[in-house]
Amino acid sequence: MALLLEQLLNGVQLGVTLFLLAAGLTLVFGIMGVINLAHGSLYMVGAYAAAVAASATGSAIVALLAGLAAAAAVGMVVEYVVLRRLYARDHLDQVLATFGLILFFNEGIVLLLGRQPLFVNVPEALRGTVRVLPGVDYPVYRVAIIAVGLLVALGLYVLIQRTRVGMLVRAGATHREMVRALGVDVRLLYTMVFGLGALLAGLAGVMTGPILSVQVGMGEQILIQTFVVVVIGGIGSVRGALFGAVLVGLVDTVLRAYVPGLLRQVMAGSEADALGAGLASMGVYLLMALVLLVKPRGLFPAHA
Amino acid sequence: MRNLLRDERAWVVALLALAAFIPVLAPMLDSPATVGLATRIVIYAIAASSLNLILGHAGLVSFGHAAYFGLGGYAVGILYAHYGSGEPFLGFIPGSNSLLVTLPAAILVGGIGAAIIGALSLRTAGVQFIMITLAFAQMLYFLFVSLKAYGGDDGLAIRRVAPVLGMNLRDAATLFWLCLGLLAVWLFLMDRIARSRFGRVLAGVRQGERRMAALGVRTYFYKLVAFVIAGMGAAMAGALMVNYLRFVSPDMMAWTKSGELMIMVILGGLGTLLGPVIGAGVLVALEYTLSGITEHWQFIEGPILLLVVLFARGGLMGAVRQLAGRRAPAPEAVPAGELPPRDALPETATHG
Amino acid sequence: MILNRRGLLASGAALGLGASSLARPALAQGAPLKIGMITTLSGAGGYIGQDIRDAFMLAIEMEGGKLGGANVQVLVEDDGFRPGQGKQVAEKFIKNERIKLLTGIIFSNILGAVVGDVLDAGGIYVSPNASPSNLAGKECHKNFWSIAWQNDSLHESAGQLATNLGQKKMFILAPNYQAGRDALTGFKRLYKGQIAGEVYTRLDQTDYAAEMAQIRAAAPDGVYQFHPGGLGITFLRQYVQAGLLSNVPMTLAAPSMDATTLAAVGDAAVGINLTSHWNSDFDNAASKRFVAAFQQKYNRMPTYYAQQSFDAALAIGAALKGTGGKVDDAEAFYRAMKPAGFESTRGKFSFGSNNHPIQDWYALKVESVSGKPALVTKDKVLTNHGDVYAAQCTF
Repeated sequence: MALLLEQLLNGVQLGVTLFLLAAGLTLVFGIMGVINLAHGSLYMVGAYAAAVAASATGSAIVALLAGLAAAAAVGMVVEYVVLRRLYARDHLDQVLATFGLILFFNEGIVLLLGRQPLFVNVPEALRGTVRVLPGVDYPVYRVAIIAVGLLVALGLYVLIQRTRVGMLVRAGATHREMVRALGVDVRLLYTMVFGLGALLAGLAGVMTGPILSVQVGMGEQILIQTFVVVVIGGIGSVRGALFGAVLVGLVDTVLRAYVPGLLRQVMAGSEADALGAGLASMGVYLLMALVLLVKPRGLFPAHA
Repeated sequence: MRNLLRDERAWVVALLALAAFIPVLAPMLDSPATVGLATRIVIYAIAASSLNLILGHAGLVSFGHAAYFGLGGYAVGILYAHYGSGEPFLGFIPGSNSLLVTLPAAILVGGIGAAIIGALSLRTAGVQFIMITLAFAQMLYFLFVSLKAYGGDDGLAIRRVAPVLGMNLRDAATLFWLCLGLLAVWLFLMDRIARSRFGRVLAGVRQGERRMAALGVRTYFYKLVAFVIAGMGAAMAGALMVNYLRFVSPDMMAWTKSGELMIMVILGGLGTLLGPVIGAGVLVALEYTLSGITEHWQFIEGPILLLVVLFARGGLMGAVRQLAGRRAPAPEAVPAGELPPRDALPETATHG
Repeated sequence: MILNRRGLLASGAALGLGASSLARPALAQGAPLKIGMITTLSGAGGYIGQDIRDAFMLAIEMEGGKLGGANVQVLVEDDGFRPGQGKQVAEKFIKNERIKLLTGIIFSNILGAVVGDVLDAGGIYVSPNASPSNLAGKECHKNFWSIAWQNDSLHESAGQLATNLGQKKMFILAPNYQAGRDALTGFKRLYKGQIAGEVYTRLDQTDYAAEMAQIRAAAPDGVYQFHPGGLGITFLRQYVQAGLLSNVPMTLAAPSMDATTLAAVGDAAVGINLTSHWNSDFDNAASKRFVAAFQQKYNRMPTYYAQQSFDAALAIGAALKGTGGKVDDAEAFYRAMKPAGFESTRGKFSFGSNNHPIQDWYALKVESVSGKPALVTKDKVLTNHGDVYAAQCTF
């Protein structure tokens, strides 16, 4: 029972990380109508900036700020220089352009910082484990990730539901032309939304830096799963992104933990393990296909 | 004369005829490896052109086209593996090393795969369609990665292929001409489809599916048939690729491969006959040339792709038209033009 | 006019490199011997390819631009971690550049797409890393040489070490791909204890929390895991953060703990056991010279990938000395290569009947040396160890 609880906690933690990436992606997707494959690159930029700052200063706070600032700044520059020209284009042009950006950023990092993965330490205050439930010890750092993720979710809720900017964002997602007609500086709004999305991606990069390997190509590893989350949740819906992310995190973790064991009861050990791992990998995509077949617009469509 | 120049088909014929001389010219230019490069381009051209049928003509953005490319490849690889071991596949299908058997088998497998995936995926539209096709491709990818019996991630080698009608496929020039011939057949088929009633229905689906439905056209059925034909084309290309590489691995059906095929189509020019061929040629040749110059080739390739999008609407075919200073042909003149500037995705179309 | 423009564009694209190769001089007497290196320089595996290339170049530089007294020129190209691109580069090297001697590939799936072409064209391939079982057994070839190890040896030695350390109940993990499955098979071959759990992870996995929980629940004496490169860094960090390393000791094979991985995991890695055929603290002249020169030139510690590539260059050098700098006669090259007449950085080295190494395996431990974690060599685990596939190999 304790094991199951721990696995569920793991699922939530993975989900929260995915949420930070998916929240930005779904806003950009829903409001500007842009498919941004380079979202993973912003996550990578955040992780790298934090890693470099941490090794230069040794301060976790400086690393956090550097990661957020770098991701947001790069995001806004990319929006200003490239994406702005693509809003009126179809999705295919956006795919090609942002794919070009991925190549550019990956190789740019290699040129700047080399190919070796970088080392990031867990901040001193967040080391060790904590007893979250009787019999379940859990790393403090992962608890912190869950907490930060949920705080961000709350913050986004307040921002979008309770402020003027949020009202424009909501309106932008459903009635783009209307917002423009009201005389709102849509360009500025777009740049800000994109910057916010980049900031969240950067935050995910900074926070996962100490538990993953900070290396070139880390953005693409997680990009596809992020798209899965966005589509399951419903494009443009931050609430959907949160539910989708936690659902994907839970399904992925639970399948990995239990499918091979179940298969081993009916077939030979090594075959069961190999097949089980394959089935677990497919699980998330199967989930997405099922959701889309039942609810073609995702679980929480931004506009019904 | 002007009409002839306007006709894309004339260009295709001229290009294919010129390409046929590559195996003769390459050794004279002291560059025999160009034949292999050209073979790869021709094979990708078939795959990209098959994707163009659904992407460019019907406006169905499939992000999982590499799945059929890989299925075709694995059909050849698995049949060869069973030919080598002598045990029949699934207990009753004998293995084979002859392209006359494996190529039709690959096309059949690709068609069946596309029929199943298409039947489910086409219930969605827009971005959801993009993602659901990706989802199915990823499932197949992970399935083959975990198939221990067929090499898993390491892939399968196909060492000895039987001659086809007396042609030795190990000879680079022979394989190239075979692939070029199949590309010619495929492009002819694509052209016929584009100009048929079927092709016009697909174009209608792209421009406004509801209008077509209102006219009483069963658009689902048309889309599915196009999807299956495209899957069969990709599978044929996959089978040829495996014959060229003499190797098949799940890498062939990775999502990045689907992305590459999409990029070839967009780069060349959506919905045109020649575009996917040009796109495949330029992308493969560009990577080959750049990676020969610098190990940081991606740093140059990325911005090039970006510039093409920003400044050449309609891909390279669009750029050629702009350079030639010709007005974009009217929709009637070209059976399937580019996509309208802002494609009518359901979620943007419905809230008006 | 339009015709010209379009025709030019199309034929230029189709012919690709045709034009640029016009100016290439034919192989003349006295021209340097060309060696083709295909390796992975982009993406997550890029740092390995960099080490392979840098060490190979270092060996040539240390001999003053020569190998075994012959002038050599190395052509390096990125395979982009794609089998198709690797094959394309090989074809260019073999046909256009008329290169007979190739090396450099890291990953077995790329090797699979390339090696057939090289050998069928009468070429020679010297592998500085990937050595899958088929090429050591049934499909072995007189002109295929492995300078690293047969894949299984890495894991067999780790199994032996776990047995030596008295770990009775092991939990073992590897990614679900061929090399990962081979790893666990290899480990079990020489491990005498009981397997408490066997788990296959995913190649694109970034979070191992679920596996950590399973390990904790199984309460084994030790953990063996094989996760190369970035995966290994991620796995180790999360293992440490889960508080497992202090309770359940970990045994590793060399690819899961190279110098780069160690730098990325930091102090937390102290206490980990592993096996390797080489370590940077080896007390022999060749190794010391190599480590010092590598550090001086590139300002980083050489990984064992670098060492393998360096040895590959030395082995080629010894063979070239025997053939007078020629590679055209594969039979002569075979005879000159087989005695392995080079001073290996690992001390003792010879080729088995299948052209794969026969060598000693050592236990290493991560210890804190003057405040920094370092790999320290302990005792020998296996002596003159070859591989089980050699028996199936006949040239």
